Amino acid sequence: MKSFFPILGVLTAILLSYAMYQALVVAPTDQMQGDVYRIIYYHVPSAWTAFLLFFVNFGASIVYLIKRRPAADMVALTAGEVGVVFLTVNLVTGPIWARPVWGIWWTWDWRLTSTLVMWLIYVSYLLLRRFSSSAETPVLAAAMSVLGALCIPFVYFSIWFFRTQHPQPVIGGGGSIDPQMLHVLLINWLAFLCFAFLVCWSRYRLEKLRREVDEAHAMKSLMAPRKGSRE
Amino acid sequence: MRNGYLFAAYAATWIIHITYLGTIVARYSRVKREIAELKKPGLRS
Repeated sequence: MKSFFPILGVLTAILLSYAMYQALVVAPTDQMQGDVYRIIYYHVPSAWTAFLLFFVNFGASIVYLIKRRPAADMVALTAGEVGVVFLTVNLVTGPIWARPVWGIWWTWDWRLTSTLVMWLIYVSYLLLRRFSSSAETPVLAAAMSVLGALCIPFVYFSIWFFRTQHPQPVIGGGGSIDPQMLHVLLINWLAFLCFAFLVCWSRYRLEKLRREVDEAHAMKSLMAPRKGSRE
Repeated sequence: MRNGYLFAAYAATWIIHITYLGTIVARYSRVKREIAELKKPGLRS
């Protein structure tokens, strides 16, 4: 498995490079927005990847709540943390795109506001995991994750059900996108999915190692002779 | 000028990802150091 990681890393780097080439060179220029629309090839795949990771976080949390398996807890933490990173990319690239197109950096419409709220919920989830030392932390975090997952369909469908500053759906929901643009969008999403998988794999290995070290510390403390004890 | 926004968005994306990967590497190094400490002979009483 360890030898697979570098191979996958190289393949992912090649795929990301190819995807960037497709996004910046091959994809046609938008009639209305010009080249600045190419931000879509990073903005949208980041959002989709984040939603997928939060869904994995939700599934792993459910498994943990039912079966209390440590591996499920580690998968939940990994997916949640990497999901926050991808959603951060989405929240940063969105305003950068909005400024030249809408003339504003931000507006409190349904899509933007709900995405920000979802980001805050998952950041809170990570803060809980980081700063709580209670034995019940994984259970509390799993419960929080279940609530956070309720945001995913709300955020995704917000532009289907409400009139928003954010564009209406271009895929599904009655929207349309140039087939070549869609092709490039899907290539970029695939590349980011591979990248996300690699990052999650690294983070999971780190978490596994971290827990083994914590257990070793605990064992060492238990077995160390106490000072001043009489034999 | 608009292409400046395009460059900024792509740059921001990779800065965020590389920063996060950097934190993973740093945490991994810290854990490796702790493992090395644990493997040392027992503490002096």
